[in-house]
Amino acid sequence: MEEKKHLFDDPKNVKRLLAVFFACVVGLLVLNGVYLYLAKHHVIHHHAYYEWENFWGFYSFYGFVACVILVLVSKYVLRPLVKRREDYYDQ
Amino acid sequence: MTSEIVMAADTALATDLMPALIFMVGGLLVPFFKGRAKSVYMLLIPVVGFLNLIHIPLGDHHQLVFGDFNLVLLHVDRLSLLFGYIFHIIAFITVIYILGFKNDVEYVAGFFYAGAALGAIFAGDLFTFFVFWEALTIGSVMLIWARKTPKAQTAGFRYLLVHAFGGLVLLAGIVFHYSHTGSLEMSLMTLSGPGSWLMFFGIGLNCAWPILHPWLTDAYPEATIGGAVFLSAFTTKTAVYALARLYPGTDLLIWIGVGMAAFPIFYAVIENDLRRVLAYSLINQVGFMVVGIGIGTELAVNGACAHAFNDILFKGLLFMTMGAVMHRTGKINATDLGGLYKSMPWTCLFCIVGAASISAFPLFSGFVSKSMVMSAVAHMSHDPGQGALVFVWLVLLFAAAGVFHHAGIKIPFFAFFGHDAGHRVKEAPLNMLIAMGIAAFLCVFIGTFPQYLYSVLPFPVDYEPYSISHVLTQTELLFFSALAFCLLLLSGIYPAEQRAVNLDADWSYRIGGKKLYNILAGILNPLNTGCEKVVRSVASASAFIFKDAPARIALFVSVNIWLIFGIRGRYLELRKSRLYNDAMEGTMPIGLGAATAVGFFILIYILT
Repeated sequence: MEEKKHLFDDPKNVKRLLAVFFACVVGLLVLNGVYLYLAKHHVIHHHAYYEWENFWGFYSFYGFVACVILVLVSKYVLRPLVKRREDYYDQ
Repeated sequence: MTSEIVMAADTALATDLMPALIFMVGGLLVPFFKGRAKSVYMLLIPVVGFLNLIHIPLGDHHQLVFGDFNLVLLHVDRLSLLFGYIFHIIAFITVIYILGFKNDVEYVAGFFYAGAALGAIFAGDLFTFFVFWEALTIGSVMLIWARKTPKAQTAGFRYLLVHAFGGLVLLAGIVFHYSHTGSLEMSLMTLSGPGSWLMFFGIGLNCAWPILHPWLTDAYPEATIGGAVFLSAFTTKTAVYALARLYPGTDLLIWIGVGMAAFPIFYAVIENDLRRVLAYSLINQVGFMVVGIGIGTELAVNGACAHAFNDILFKGLLFMTMGAVMHRTGKINATDLGGLYKSMPWTCLFCIVGAASISAFPLFSGFVSKSMVMSAVAHMSHDPGQGALVFVWLVLLFAAAGVFHHAGIKIPFFAFFGHDAGHRVKEAPLNMLIAMGIAAFLCVFIGTFPQYLYSVLPFPVDYEPYSISHVLTQTELLFFSALAFCLLLLSGIYPAEQRAVNLDADWSYRIGGKKLYNILAGILNPLNTGCEKVVRSVASASAFIFKDAPARIALFVSVNIWLIFGIRGRYLELRKSRLYNDAMEGTMPIGLGAATAVGFFILIYILT
């Protein structure tokens, strides 16, 4: 029986999704710039707890770097330290 | 809205029935029902419980005095009510979820466990609190054992030992506290003296503080499918409640909470068992609550409580979706799953809602509560002498990005997308879908209309989550976390899931205990045998000497007498050897002993 084609069986759809996602990412950075520009000229009220929140793309940068560090540390530091065979505790 | 109901209830249908009893007694009767009546009955318990709850007037009920103890079995205020509401809601949802399992042990244990949690949060004194706290352990361990696999058996046993220990620490704390202050009141504590410290750690163990935490990640993934949903809601949140009640504003909690928020996300990235990933992210979320309680301002405690409320819903939802996957495919490891969006689209959708909620996307529940804690930390970091809180804020932001990474993306991606593992299963059963649907709806509802949740928080709320900057910055944080995931995955750097065990602090008692045993056995056993040898040889040598010496004396005397009587040669040798043997074996002729005794008496008679 021929199986039904699903949404992501078609690589084109995966590519489309990625394209939309990357567009969003760029769009957010642009929005952030616009927002900070407007806030600087007191068009809209901007409330920040810390100085660095006013840097363009602070949250984007932080989120990206945080996750890269998270993955690299988990993979190259934590896993070699703690990984054991699946039956380690059964012996 | 709900507070209005409570107000109205004050005047009309007031009740003071303990919510815990409805669940515990009601649960015990479940096995007596059959078929459809059983399902209806089980659904009625939380409904009746909730109706009862909203008709209990605020204040103390069921006050008992025996001796010097003032017990308050039921204490209702805004803090306990908030936890009471959510415990009823999640109990109702979970009951719908487990209707299909037909496992009476799980049903009875689940209701008993939920009842114990309700008893603990409505306890008005430390003794009542302790009794229900222990009941919580019993109910939860039954939910683990109900799975009936050898792994669940041993994990449940470890769980029981750890919690029995924690319970004793708490009890010791209460005893110290009582003997010091003479009061059993559930009121604000300061960390001074052994009583408050012991209680602090007893509660902290149930709260899964770092190093005390592995009971959670060890046992929850071994519980039954429904059991894990129950477990995710009650034990840790009861501990969060207790901290909010007894220790708000305790600085140490801020640092403990930061540790909780930060370290589990690393484990979650490399963990293969998806329910264990959720267990780690549970610790991470409780970390935010603990920080909030440690800050102790109204905004912070509100944030901690609101986040506990939301976490119960979205973590329950995530455990339910993974349970549904496990129920249909029989697998839970990321290495065995993938592509399930094709056959379980609704479960997939609900999982994404749960993932978006835990990650605090705008319009989802985590967004309106996690940021309250973050704001409270940022507020306080500007106070003089609180500069270190800037670091706390940065770590929490890191943890907020990290939670999206492992719970928000990893869970749905590896279960429902990723590489197709070829499972062609049916969608989850209807009752599970309804349960997940209700939880998902509540996640979106609270995220979109937070004012209803805010109105039942312990303190008045002056907080607006939906400012442009908050929405924008949070979306940026999350999208760029997703971007990192995307790029790492596409470039092949993202660590592939592997079948493995990852060591955690439970190593200390699972293997470390064994090693310690071996080391001690290696030192103490030879010491033991050595000592035994020494004692034995000394004893036997002294015994020999004490027999040998009198024999020689006797021989010396006798030989001289025999020589006088002229006995010589072979005959003398024969007599000598016979006498020596008799003396050594204690088989002297009676006459000799009698003669000695008589001689002794004569000697005494002459001398006196």
